Amino acid sequence: MSDLQSQDYIRISASTLTPPSARRQEDQVAKLIDTSRCIGCKACQAACMEWNNLRQEIGHFEGSYDNPSDLSPAVWTLMRFSEWEDEKGKLEWLIRKDGCMHCEDPGCLKACPAPGAIVQHANGIVDFISENCIGCGYCVKGCPFDIPRISKVDHKSYKCTLCSDRVAVGLEPACVKACPTGAIMFGSKTDMQAWAGERIEDLRERGFENAGLYDPPGVSGTHVMYVLHHADQPSIYAGLPENPRISPVVNVWKGIIKPLSLFGIAFAALAGFFHWMAEGPNEVQPEDEEKANELIQAQEKSR
Amino acid sequence: MTRPPATFVRYTLMERINHWITAGCFVLLVLSGMSMFHPLLSFLALLFGGGEWTRTVHPWIGVALMLSYLGMIVQFWRENLWSREDTAWMKSIDRVLANDADGVPEAGRSNAGQKIVFWAMTLLVPVLFLTGLVIWEVHFGSSTSIPVQRGALLIHSLAAIVAIIVWITHVYAAIWVPGSVRGMTQGYVTPGWAWRHHRKWFRRLVASGSPGPEPEIRR
Repeated sequence: MSDLQSQDYIRISASTLTPPSARRQEDQVAKLIDTSRCIGCKACQAACMEWNNLRQEIGHFEGSYDNPSDLSPAVWTLMRFSEWEDEKGKLEWLIRKDGCMHCEDPGCLKACPAPGAIVQHANGIVDFISENCIGCGYCVKGCPFDIPRISKVDHKSYKCTLCSDRVAVGLEPACVKACPTGAIMFGSKTDMQAWAGERIEDLRERGFENAGLYDPPGVSGTHVMYVLHHADQPSIYAGLPENPRISPVVNVWKGIIKPLSLFGIAFAALAGFFHWMAEGPNEVQPEDEEKANELIQAQEKSR
Repeated sequence: MTRPPATFVRYTLMERINHWITAGCFVLLVLSGMSMFHPLLSFLALLFGGGEWTRTVHPWIGVALMLSYLGMIVQFWRENLWSREDTAWMKSIDRVLANDADGVPEAGRSNAGQKIVFWAMTLLVPVLFLTGLVIWEVHFGSSTSIPVQRGALLIHSLAAIVAIIVWITHVYAAIWVPGSVRGMTQGYVTPGWAWRHHRKWFRRLVASGSPGPEPEIRR
């Protein structure tokens, strides 16, 4: 979204920032999405469009309640509907509000090569600073949740901002404000975890013995969490990853390879320089020219 | 340009032009690529007009390099075929490095070190090109799956680093052996140079009365 001065950055893409620590940081925030209370009304989608001024082009019916059919540069949150039968054959209609999970350890930020294009605020929100985005698509590779979308028009990457502009001035995100059933809650992460605990207890009493909180440790937790009635199998909720983490391929590429490469390149250059110091240039000697000319003359004589 | 008398043609004009197109592209690719590889080198993006321009222009330079390098493969593959003498030359690499020209098996037009550079790049350039296509967001961003793109990014980075190290070796060798840069710019070398560094090639040219670069290529 944009550069917000009321929040310190604790992480900046493609930089070696030391996080500022003089200010007393406010609590880590979190959005809690309770799938058991969601009625699929899409008010959150409409509110997101309205607040962020996003208008997706009208698409086509794809045989599903998902509308639009996928996230896009203009669709930052999306209700995903799944029909699922439990082992007894009972049908459940699972609805999950999809969008950026605001990972505590964000893969997009780790992968991003553009200084300051992806930042993490002190309150945990992961935000794209569009002016700095170069449109390379590395964030797409870094994300364990398949969230960022690159615009074909301006070649910038877009995703949910957790309404960082609203949160910065003490408002809750637009989707939270619009939700009519209280399925989306917002507050400090500890409060949301406590609230989720109550909800999970309630769900368990009602027979959902596997109810639980989705706050995946593989990405050090997220600032968007789900209460799932079937937390033992998140993938039934339109492919929510079981154990999301930054791909080891991305970790290697953005980890050990970087210093090793610079070291290797520096080593090659230094090796050359030291060889030059030790042995010097391999100059042609006068006797080389003499011997060469001898051979040429011998050849000419024999013709 | 006119070649001084009694010198030998090291590389033809087309070979030299193609070499320097490849070289220019390679340098630009290293600078733009490194700016996207390590935060400490992000400033290099300014050379290309900022990050967006760097992202835009890098793949196109890569296409140009692929094309010119294909030309170099056509021009140079034959003389870079590996032979037993090359193995012997590599075995005496310590004497090569000690500037002991007489203690080293005679080299043809390309010595074993140059052949290794040629074949390393012949492997790495297509790898970089193909993985580069996979991660070319603007045109192929949705052509492959995300795990494939992750793998391509890793391979692209690794191949680039190996190519850069090969390139540093190549550039240093050119500095280390005076006269070879002129061979690739103005295209000629002196008989003494040819005698010292590529004696087998020199003998072949003298025996056939050819000015180079190859007995059968007349110019």
